[in-house]
Amino acid sequence: MHTETHTGLDSPKGNWWKPAHRAEKVWVGIAFAWCMVLFAMMPLWHWKGGQNPSGIRRKVEPAAFMARTQEFIREYRVGDDRGMPIVEPPPGSDIYLMGMAFQWTPILKLQKGASYTLHLSALDVNHGFSLFPVNVNFQVVPGYDYGLRITPNSSGDYRIICNEFCGIGHHLMVGRVIVVDPPVTAMTTPGGGE
Amino acid sequence: MNPDSMPPAGSRAAAAAAPGYRPDSQSTFRTCPVTTRRIHDKAEALVKANAVTAIVFLLVGAIAALLLVLTRWQAVHLLSATWYYRLLGVHAMSMLIFFIIFFEMAVLHFASTALLNARNAAPKLSWAGFGLMLGGALMVEWKMWAGKADVLFTSYVPLRADPLFYLGVILFAVGALVVTFIFFANLAVAKKERTYEGSLPLVVYGAATAAIIAVITLLHGAAIYIPTFLWSLGLMEVDPQVYRLIWWGLGHSSQQINVAAMVAIWYMLGALTIGAVVLNEKISRSAFVLYILFISMASAHHLLVDPGMGPAWKIVNTSYFMYMAVLASMIHGFTVPAGMELGMRLRGYTNGMFEWLRKAPWGDPGFSSLVLSVVVFGFVGGITGVTIGTEQINIIVHNTLRSPGHFHATVVSGTAMAFMGATYYLIPLVFQKRVALWPLARIQPYIFAGGMFIFTISMTAAGYFGVPRRHWDITFAGAPYSVPFNPIVDFLLALVALGGVIAATGAFIFVAISVKSVFFGTALGEITKGTAMVGVPRGITHPPTHATDVDARNAALHDPARGLMGPAPGTIVLVMIFLAVFALYFFSNWKILSFLWKIG
Repeated sequence: MHTETHTGLDSPKGNWWKPAHRAEKVWVGIAFAWCMVLFAMMPLWHWKGGQNPSGIRRKVEPAAFMARTQEFIREYRVGDDRGMPIVEPPPGSDIYLMGMAFQWTPILKLQKGASYTLHLSALDVNHGFSLFPVNVNFQVVPGYDYGLRITPNSSGDYRIICNEFCGIGHHLMVGRVIVVDPPVTAMTTPGGGE
Repeated sequence: MNPDSMPPAGSRAAAAAAPGYRPDSQSTFRTCPVTTRRIHDKAEALVKANAVTAIVFLLVGAIAALLLVLTRWQAVHLLSATWYYRLLGVHAMSMLIFFIIFFEMAVLHFASTALLNARNAAPKLSWAGFGLMLGGALMVEWKMWAGKADVLFTSYVPLRADPLFYLGVILFAVGALVVTFIFFANLAVAKKERTYEGSLPLVVYGAATAAIIAVITLLHGAAIYIPTFLWSLGLMEVDPQVYRLIWWGLGHSSQQINVAAMVAIWYMLGALTIGAVVLNEKISRSAFVLYILFISMASAHHLLVDPGMGPAWKIVNTSYFMYMAVLASMIHGFTVPAGMELGMRLRGYTNGMFEWLRKAPWGDPGFSSLVLSVVVFGFVGGITGVTIGTEQINIIVHNTLRSPGHFHATVVSGTAMAFMGATYYLIPLVFQKRVALWPLARIQPYIFAGGMFIFTISMTAAGYFGVPRRHWDITFAGAPYSVPFNPIVDFLLALVALGGVIAATGAFIFVAISVKSVFFGTALGEITKGTAMVGVPRGITHPPTHATDVDARNAALHDPARGLMGPAPGTIVLVMIFLAVFALYFFSNWKILSFLWKIG
């Protein structure tokens, strides 16, 4: 057959471009096929799956993003929690969350089953959006607006942990998302469902 | 010693004396009594210096590691927040950059000279490269310890460190680039002076792969650290997303240097410990080429949930251009154990599926390191890495503890373990000393790998609950809102600490063995083949030589009547188990993902 009996420390003599044993060729074939499965799952999930990090992505000046977020807060503010505004936007709307050392602004109050376009950006350094305990994680980069279509599928009082190191107070940076059950009269959610 | 009893490598001694072989006049050579290769004194001094420096940085990194795990174990919570983040940077820089790259420089010097009977082409320039690397490394350490660079390993702009921190990284990278070019010069000189016959040995080919990737990586490093250095001086702007893109062209490509160097060492340790053969040069070398071709896409899977790039870019570039580098690792994952199996079967261990494993020299730390490195790298590091590097699955992984859980299984359990195994052979072969504290050396790989296994598995498990990495206090004391993690997380973080302490102990034992052997050890002395010696790995006292009828044995093992399972049936069983575990883990993660909120 075509195998050698030399080790990896020895120089192969002559032409080493020789056919491999069938077992080795079959394994290369299986491994290649598996790699194609790994690859195919990603476009497949874009097509059939419900969780994709696609979003609307564009550059934005931190000052402009902050202004937009403050406008959003003014428009839909329903209260506050120790100074942090609680904002309840209508289902289907664009909602804004800004990260800066060391807080997430504002507190979002959302309806279960409704869809929103969540715009994430940072005003100073990189932050990490980590929705607890759902465990959804996105990178939040200053200068970039990441607009993700989200549909909460359960109600509750959620946290946003910062999971990208942003300075010495990084471990104090926690935000809040409240998801409430939809009003009984409004079971159909505009813009909701996909 | 009787040349006839030498392993097949012995044939090279003749080549060394071939016509046209002209070492420069000041060089002196010795002949290795074990492998009969000609060793250039100046090249050997460089191997020694780089290896010793690597191990000093390993010690620094391991001390930091111990303090870090004892901080993340919330019941102990040892360090202050400032020192936790500071030492996190120190740990990563010392381990992932300084320890690993200094050791890789030792591997490059060794592979391009000793393995080819060749000389170092430019010893003075090699020392200059070493000096630049050491100077840069010390500058970086100084700035980090002084609290002037609390930006962690990744130093994501616009977090800002002292300009000298970036300059130190640049000097280190330039030094490494110099050494890498000397590696290629050594190969060219060896070829010209005909110190070896035929093609480069596979191990050197693997080292050359690592060197080529090193050039690509270091160019990425220049492309990001030079602008960042200028930015830190206020001379230009650096976009945070562009920084992440190019920084990871450095940050992940450098991991592929580690992989290529590690796989080369797998082939080397297989050869030295049990006479592993190369099943097929074409397959193994093509797999190395795949690493080179697809490495520059490696940046992508750190940016899967970043705003700067779209889905098409992410999908294509994920895990190095549609998994083509993963394919390379899966090929090595077969050819390395299959070569070991065939090597053992050729020496008569032919019973059943696994006699070749049962009768292997498990007390030889070079061998146990090799097997533990292959198994943990593949089963833990590889499977988790490919899975979490999938575009959508990354949503439930990014910046959680699953990420360090993965890369400690590759870089530590894989690369560092392989480098430790290689050191057990470098001590007698290069330093010409016996391995000190031999009874400890025999169990050190098990301690280290066992600790890392507990560490990586529990870290990965904690990551499923969304526990963030790089986080001083997940009890969130002092934060505006409570974050009530599942109580099991406390248990998992205690296990992380337990595994970390065991692994750090393994690292300290390794450092003690290395330092004692090299600086205070006993000389190797005369080796009597077939007689076990304290402090000398079995592959040296009992070199795995072929039987005289090796060709007949090989033909029998390749008899078509043996069917598809061929000459290495045990390996086929093992890789099928691997594939099944891989598929199970991969699809279970898609299942978990499907329960989340809808996101798009």
